[in-house]
Amino acid sequence: MFERFLKVLTSSVIKKQLMGLTGLLLCGFLLTHLIGNFLIFVSPEAFNTYAYKLTSTPLIYVAEAVLMGIFLLHLGLAMVLTIENKKARPVGYYMKQPTGRGSTFASSTMPITGIVIGIFIVLHIIHFKFGAHYSVTYGDVEMRDLYRLIIEEFQNKAFAFGYIVSMAFIGVHISHGFWSAFQSLGFNHPKYTTVLRCLSTIYAITIFGGFSSLPIYCFLQGVQ
Amino acid sequence: MSSEEKQLTLNLKVWRQKDGKDKGQMVDYTLEGVSTDSSFLEMMDQLNEKLVVENQDPVAFDHDCREGICGMCSLMINGQAHGPESETTTCQLHMRKFNDGDTVVIEPWRARAFPVVKDLMVDRSAFDEIIMAGGYVNVNTGNAQDANEILVPKEDADLAMDAAACIGCAACVASCKNASAMLFVSAKISQLALLPQGKLESDKRAQAMVEKMDELGFGNCTNEAECEASCPKGIDISNIARMNREYFKSAVVSKS
Repeated sequence: MFERFLKVLTSSVIKKQLMGLTGLLLCGFLLTHLIGNFLIFVSPEAFNTYAYKLTSTPLIYVAEAVLMGIFLLHLGLAMVLTIENKKARPVGYYMKQPTGRGSTFASSTMPITGIVIGIFIVLHIIHFKFGAHYSVTYGDVEMRDLYRLIIEEFQNKAFAFGYIVSMAFIGVHISHGFWSAFQSLGFNHPKYTTVLRCLSTIYAITIFGGFSSLPIYCFLQGVQ
Repeated sequence: MSSEEKQLTLNLKVWRQKDGKDKGQMVDYTLEGVSTDSSFLEMMDQLNEKLVVENQDPVAFDHDCREGICGMCSLMINGQAHGPESETTTCQLHMRKFNDGDTVVIEPWRARAFPVVKDLMVDRSAFDEIIMAGGYVNVNTGNAQDANEILVPKEDADLAMDAAACIGCAACVASCKNASAMLFVSAKISQLALLPQGKLESDKRAQAMVEKMDELGFGNCTNEAECEASCPKGIDISNIARMNREYFKSAVVSKS
């Protein structure tokens, strides 16, 4: 029974479906993360209070653990699948040309964009989650002044530029990954798949544009 | 002979490999007097005739019907499975698609599951093994049934026929950067999953075929659709989505 379960779980189809499912969950996380971050545009108080409320509930540890689990599963599966794919063709072609009717820049660079995103996430957590701890008091409540940290970090032009470039990598990754996840999960429809592919591009542009607006805004805030 | 027929001189780079153990290498040949009216395989025949006259070993390559329906011909031509034309097998590719003085690179399909037998011939029996694992229906022998006894909706019949157009040439594996066989396997699963006749074994079929495919060492699909673009029969990747659904269903409901 367990052996059967393990065989199913390690089959190419289920591995791809888990890859798609974790990818979609991460896409969902990115959108909520972006919406939360937009509070930076409202006011320092709105943003700091949001961050404070989010981190002051014990549920945050559960949420962080789940998110970490999803991310590690996505990363682990990506590594396993890529190694298997390389092994499937031990002798390469002398000449190989794409047909021009199938693969795209985004689809053929998924492992590369994925690695860059992985490195970005580690740096991102070090810089912001474990970055300098400033305090601010609104009313009677003392909380972390995350807003100040972000404004300060983005005064560094190279850092801000690196952030935007990383967002471009995420955008490219999502533009293929989003619709691809639906295909792996078994959803392909003569009408809706075309819509889904458009949606994939729109989602990628939204994530790239949305997150890129933050360093630009923060940089300009510091200049004033 | 057409009035516009021309003669080409081609620089061929052909993969030569004595047997499965040999390391193999690309060998250059210059072939003169290739008619633009000839097919790609006729050009290969012409090369072989020249090699035989020169007392050299002719190039081994697979072919059979030369009508684009048997699935025996293969060849990676200038880095593309079955050459540059869409929905065309190598045997149906014509030399009018090439120019005088062109360099043409000719290689065998490359995949761990398809070992090279000799030169451009590969062993594609891995596909037979996948079919044997579940790509069939059990039917009682006896008198033929009435034609309309089992009703099939027109849409389903059309989709099943589209999937059944697969000739098993393995261009999908050859063109996939991961050497994945998912387009082939999904076409074979789809043609049966869409018809009432295939329902009897449906709880086991997808599982058996997918797991055999994994066992044989094919890669995983990354949804790039190079297989669809290279398929001489235009099989599309919606079949792969159907296979993914069928596998999930089969893995969950199968009693064995």
